[in-house]
Amino acid sequence: MISPALVIAVSLAYLLLLFGVAWYGDRRAAQGRSIIANPWIYSLSLGVYCTAWTYFGSVGRAASGGVWFLPIYLGPTLAMVLGWMVLRKMIRIAKAYRITSIADFIGSRYGKSPLLAGLVTLIAVVGIVPYIALQLKAVSAGYGLLIAPAGAASAAPLPWLQDSAFYVALVLAGFTMVFGARHLDATERHEGMVAAIAFESVVKLVAFLAVGLFVVYGLFDGLGDVFARARAVPALQSLVRLEQGGNFAWTQWFALILLSMLSLLFLPRQFQVMVVENVRESHLRRAVWVFPLYLFLINLFVLPIALGGLLYFGAGATNPENFVLSLPLAAGQPLLALFVFIGGLSAATGMVIVETIAVSTMVSNELVLPLLLRSRHFHGGAGHDLSRLLLGIRRAAILGVLVLGYVYFHLAGEAYALVSIGLISFAAVAQFAPAVLLGLYWKGGTRLGALAGLLAGFFMWAYTLMLPSIAKSGWLGTDFLTLGPWGIALLRPEQLLGLQGLDGLTHALFWSLLANVGAYVGVSLWRAPSGQEASQALLFVDVFQRTAASSPVFWRGQANVPDLLRLCERFMGAAKARALFQAYAGQAGVRQAEDLRPDARLVQFVETQLAGAVGSASARVLVASVAEEEVLTPEDVLRILDEASQVRAYSRELEEKSDSLERATAELRQANEQLKSLDRLKDDFMSSVTHELRTPLTSIRALAELMEDDTDMPAAQRQHFVTLIVSETARLSRLVNQVLDMAKIESGNAEWQISEVDMGALLGRAIETTAEMFREKQCAIKLQRPPQARLLRADPDRLTQVVLNLLSNAAKFVPVPGGRVVVSLDNDVSGLTVRVQDNGQGVPADQHRLIFERFQQGGDGISRPQGTGLGLPISRQIVEHFGGRLWLESSSAQGACFSFYLPWNAPAVQAQTARGDKT
Amino acid sequence: MFKGLGAQRLLALFAIGWLLFSFPLLGLWDQDATLFGIALFPAALFILWALLIAALAWLMERPGQGHPDDPA
Repeated sequence: MISPALVIAVSLAYLLLLFGVAWYGDRRAAQGRSIIANPWIYSLSLGVYCTAWTYFGSVGRAASGGVWFLPIYLGPTLAMVLGWMVLRKMIRIAKAYRITSIADFIGSRYGKSPLLAGLVTLIAVVGIVPYIALQLKAVSAGYGLLIAPAGAASAAPLPWLQDSAFYVALVLAGFTMVFGARHLDATERHEGMVAAIAFESVVKLVAFLAVGLFVVYGLFDGLGDVFARARAVPALQSLVRLEQGGNFAWTQWFALILLSMLSLLFLPRQFQVMVVENVRESHLRRAVWVFPLYLFLINLFVLPIALGGLLYFGAGATNPENFVLSLPLAAGQPLLALFVFIGGLSAATGMVIVETIAVSTMVSNELVLPLLLRSRHFHGGAGHDLSRLLLGIRRAAILGVLVLGYVYFHLAGEAYALVSIGLISFAAVAQFAPAVLLGLYWKGGTRLGALAGLLAGFFMWAYTLMLPSIAKSGWLGTDFLTLGPWGIALLRPEQLLGLQGLDGLTHALFWSLLANVGAYVGVSLWRAPSGQEASQALLFVDVFQRTAASSPVFWRGQANVPDLLRLCERFMGAAKARALFQAYAGQAGVRQAEDLRPDARLVQFVETQLAGAVGSASARVLVASVAEEEVLTPEDVLRILDEASQVRAYSRELEEKSDSLERATAELRQANEQLKSLDRLKDDFMSSVTHELRTPLTSIRALAELMEDDTDMPAAQRQHFVTLIVSETARLSRLVNQVLDMAKIESGNAEWQISEVDMGALLGRAIETTAEMFREKQCAIKLQRPPQARLLRADPDRLTQVVLNLLSNAAKFVPVPGGRVVVSLDNDVSGLTVRVQDNGQGVPADQHRLIFERFQQGGDGISRPQGTGLGLPISRQIVEHFGGRLWLESSSAQGACFSFYLPWNAPAVQAQTARGDKT
Repeated sequence: MFKGLGAQRLLALFAIGWLLFSFPLLGLWDQDATLFGIALFPAALFILWALLIAALAWLMERPGQGHPDDPA
């Protein structure tokens, strides 16, 4: 045993630590440096799903039913697979419309109905109070076990003053009030509380893993040892099997998975941490797999601990639900047992704190406040700041829920095993599923349909599940179970209408969900949704299709700004309300809040802000009390929707227009740049041409003037001058021809005479033509060509011009004597390549690009040979016209190699051929 | 909502998970055998579970999964 003082001191120290974490989280949030704005913290906070029920109850369940503890965790895993779609939609809706609880969510979906929200709250309270009792019971049982002398039987229930559970309940109420209801927030988020819950998730996981490792590796010799020893005991063999000797209850397995899937989404505490406390939607992306991983880890050692405990103590000697504590205690590890107890305390307190916050928000917003708003006295006191009153209501609700939990625990005592209480709660909240899930995707659901569904489901739940369990705990006679009420066998709660073969839970789940869905759909189809219902249905179902700016505002009427402001001040405090209005005015582009136009959007803004504080149903009533509203008909809703979509379409059109305008501007700018650079090129070209023309002209003129002045010039000299003039004139006309040629090609006016060309033969002829030139330079020239000729469709004269140009370029730069020029032709599948390799000095690297430009010649000023500087550019144009390219392949001290490539099928040639065929 | 490749993959994964954990596929593992000394049935359950979580993590955390609906 451990001394009670030590256990209490450690527990209090742990709760103080929790206070510290929560306080730190709140402080950081106030500083704007949130510690919970993190996907890991968010994922861990979802671990509040694992309560004392998991912590102690799973082992108990495994000890009696083997793998039957698992479906409760497989269901949430499967639910999380779809979480990115379903949960994200719920989060988006809750953020957009400031939804603060599951009751608010359902009430808001069906036309902001206070009645519906109140009913959901009632169901939640009835379903959840036993669950809270269960946590208190677990803590008090664990405490009793720790302080009991070894071997003592468990003590009888104590009077409440000496009962540890009572004090646990009080301390938790204090904690929850401090961190769950300290101030009214328009988003109802509690950063410090979430930080504490995430911390608790870590503690309980570590503690459970610690005891698991201790049992498997401390008491036994590893997992294999545990399973091998269990195999030797016939009673334990069936625990590791599915069938367990009989037929496997697949329907119950299915029901448990379905039930836990639904409860993950609809338990008030899960809705609180997953939806309301979500900081950023993208955090869900990590949580959908980290949370199942958390469940996986915390369940890893459940079966080994159960088997280990049964092997260690023998069956029936010790309550298996306490194995996690009794095993370390019996093995003489009190400190480990204390740590495990703290883990259990974490599991229980985490659940109780979040659940009470969620339920108290629902009770104060959906039950108490609507009743207050009905009283005339309440409205008469206008002008008072009601935010304190709201907080007071919420704190009272927290205390009330916890006291209810304690009372239930005290009365129910040892009546139930932990597991069955949990499942009864699950089945209660599963009744929210049709109203929420169908409401998320089907616009036809109405308020009356949801009411009927919830009532029918809840009634069936109470009759087929709650009542029998109460009866079995001895508070009621069991006659009506076995014989049926008034002796009518068909109405027996556990065999309704004679339905047999299902266990109690599956039976209840089947009937309650059947009645729920049937009533929901049936009554919804009875008549069309009203305007208010239709507008809320649209806002919920199509939440992903709208942004805040483009979403339609379903409100029509008259309001004024001071009234709205006063309303906000009453419920949020003056400073906060003014700040909100100021911020809204800033967004609307108005300097002062008083200058705001009281239009539908402002009314909607006020209502949404109020909804965060008092729930959407109450906010609706409050806004209606200060504004003169027109009741919307379904036709109005359709018209507003139509207007909104027209506005949206119009703005999209505008956007598209401005986009295309922008594109056109960019294109124009680009075209302008191109024109400018072309203009510059043309200027350069003109000045180069005139420069090139002037040089020969100047010399012709100089020579002619010399001859004119000197009439006595000797005939030989005159003859020499005339020869020079002729050669310069020839150069001049060549230049003019080339310029014209170039211009023609560039403008696309050149004429092309297409015919079949044998490139090998063409090269041979070109070499023959230039043979004299090479002989003069004492240069050797050689042609390499493939044996088989393949014909190319092109203009032979133009190609000859290209080849001649390359050959004369080569001739200009080869050394004299000892020059060598090699011309080669290669055919491949796509085209042919001609290379002209010389052994001149090559082209310097910095001129590789230049030589293809007009009037740029290779070589330096001294060695620059005669030429127009247009040869290569023209050649390149010709080759490119035939779809090929001309380039300087390599250049080194050993010489330059110019190559050009021509494809067999050039588009331009084909086009021209086609034209030719037609004409 | 349920459109888009990512959402359809998740739906498929959900279907796979549902099938693996229910009648009759789950019954296939119910053999009197062991895996590394651990009874086959619980071992298979946990391994399938782990694989499902791994596949889910892979689908959600692959790069380039940014959704246009994500707030910045």
